[in-house]
Amino acid sequence: MNKKKNFSYARYGYLFSIPFVIAFLIFQLYPTLYTAVIGFTDLKGIGKTDWHFLEKPFANFVTILTSPTFQTAFKNTIKLWVCNFIPQLALALLLAAWFTDRRFKIPGEGIFKVLFYMPNIITAATVAILFNALFGYPMGPVNDLMTRFGIFDSPYNFLVKKNIAQDIVIFIQTWMWYGYTMIILISGVLGISPEIFEAAEVDGANGWQTFWQVTIPNIKTILLFTLVTSLIGGLNMFDIPRLFLMGGPDNATLTTSVFIYNLAFSGSYLYNRAAAASMLMFVLICLSSALLFYALRDRDEAKLEKIVKQQIKEEKRRQKEAAKS
Amino acid sequence: MSKNKNHYGKKTVIFIICVFLAILSVMPFLIMIVNSTRSTTQIQQHAVSLIPSHYFSNNLKILLGKSFRPSVGFMNSLIVSISATALATYFSTLTAYALVVYQWKARKAFFSFIMAIMMIPAQITMIGFYQMVYKIHMTNHLSMLILPAIASPSMVFFMRQYMQPALSLEIVQSARIDGAKEFYIFNLIALPIMKPAIATQAIFSFVSSWNRLFEPLILLTDQKKYTLPIMVSLLRGDIYKTEYGAVYLGLTLTALPLIVVYLALSKYIIAGVALGSVKG
Repeated sequence: MNKKKNFSYARYGYLFSIPFVIAFLIFQLYPTLYTAVIGFTDLKGIGKTDWHFLEKPFANFVTILTSPTFQTAFKNTIKLWVCNFIPQLALALLLAAWFTDRRFKIPGEGIFKVLFYMPNIITAATVAILFNALFGYPMGPVNDLMTRFGIFDSPYNFLVKKNIAQDIVIFIQTWMWYGYTMIILISGVLGISPEIFEAAEVDGANGWQTFWQVTIPNIKTILLFTLVTSLIGGLNMFDIPRLFLMGGPDNATLTTSVFIYNLAFSGSYLYNRAAAASMLMFVLICLSSALLFYALRDRDEAKLEKIVKQQIKEEKRRQKEAAKS
Repeated sequence: MSKNKNHYGKKTVIFIICVFLAILSVMPFLIMIVNSTRSTTQIQQHAVSLIPSHYFSNNLKILLGKSFRPSVGFMNSLIVSISATALATYFSTLTAYALVVYQWKARKAFFSFIMAIMMIPAQITMIGFYQMVYKIHMTNHLSMLILPAIASPSMVFFMRQYMQPALSLEIVQSARIDGAKEFYIFNLIALPIMKPAIATQAIFSFVSSWNRLFEPLILLTDQKKYTLPIMVSLLRGDIYKTEYGAVYLGLTLTALPLIVVYLALSKYIIAGVALGSVKG
């Protein structure tokens, strides 16, 4: 009787998951598989939808991997991400340590948090074009300030220099994201039990020691979460590099996402090669995501499972031994 | 005593750094807003000024005289963001409910699956998505930007983490004894309990949908269907090249509503960011 009742309720578990599953199949799984298939075909040209498999199935992948533009885009993507993530994390950690320090309180902390996070909420497309205007030549606001305060003798054309263009993209990314990372780290630090800090204080640890030996080890999971989500975001970087300088000058701010977009939706509409490039990035993102999945899986549950498995093993061993004797 | 003094010194240094960072956050937007009221000639003479001028309406005339239609973009963005947010929050809560309340065989596997896919961005498989949408002639339909929100794995994950301690199974059980149907229990008992989580997730879903550029840029070719971020990208075009005042005004029109809403809701938004991170 009881079992029958459970069974009838279990149906609703499936039933209520159906909308999610259907939407996932149509809008995520099918496009993913379709992208993978297109990567092996000759699908190109605006408005084309019919395709044939290539004789050399991996031809598109080989073309992409050996394409100097893709290599540049990939190097740029990694460089832009690494160079924005390190200062972003350092700044966020520093601010999180200051804002959670138990020995002093910074006046206006709440307002600072609100202002530091603000750039993150503004449309990236708007931010990209705003910075393009701010660094304008000859009379953009930055040049205006620089010449007015006598730092530059004459206006400087920032946006035609490859290194400076990259630096500005890195700056924008850091500027947009350090506030977000800071808030996440603060909530992580506040989640550490106060007794641990009290114990460190009793032991005579100074702020620096407490930070490295108590705070950091205790927010490891959150640091990993930040790292992986930022990496996946970084591998998809599109809005800022696309609208700030359209990938230029001389491909200096071309990321893989902008590369894929240009390949598929401009010029000769090479959907097949764009799909191949997408799949390469897809694999990379899946690997990064797997890392996080492994770290975040329900640890208590995993532990419990281990114990149960051990018990079963033990039980079997005992039975075997009993059978032997 | 000396220790206290030490803290004052440190506090001052930290405060100065924070003020500097705060200025850095505000400055670009301030320049943008002020310049939206100044004429192109004024901007060319001195691009930074803290004193607003009176060329706002003139700039607006230039801005609207070309292809920039902020009201169209605003309406389309509103339609997409509100619908996507409603679908995402409702169905994510429903899926989370299935994961928390019922004991079914595939439950655990389904949850692991959701965790596995929640980090994978839809953007990376846009070529296949575009081809699919193109084939069924739906490229200029906003619904193609809305319906995918039904499957939002990371939101399901969040809702499940929130629901597990918040919704007691005894309430569900007693509602059953009272003769309530399962779907009714979800809508009238579980949903109200989940209100705080739904509010938090709704804000972030709305903002991310509002700011999205990649998908609309690929799917929408009809100017009447453009969302705000695509409208903004038009400001980058040649037709506005020398119209600085109008460009700043266009940017202001898209950023200012967000800034105002953000400052009004900042308390909840910041709390929401913090809440979202402790799911690990």
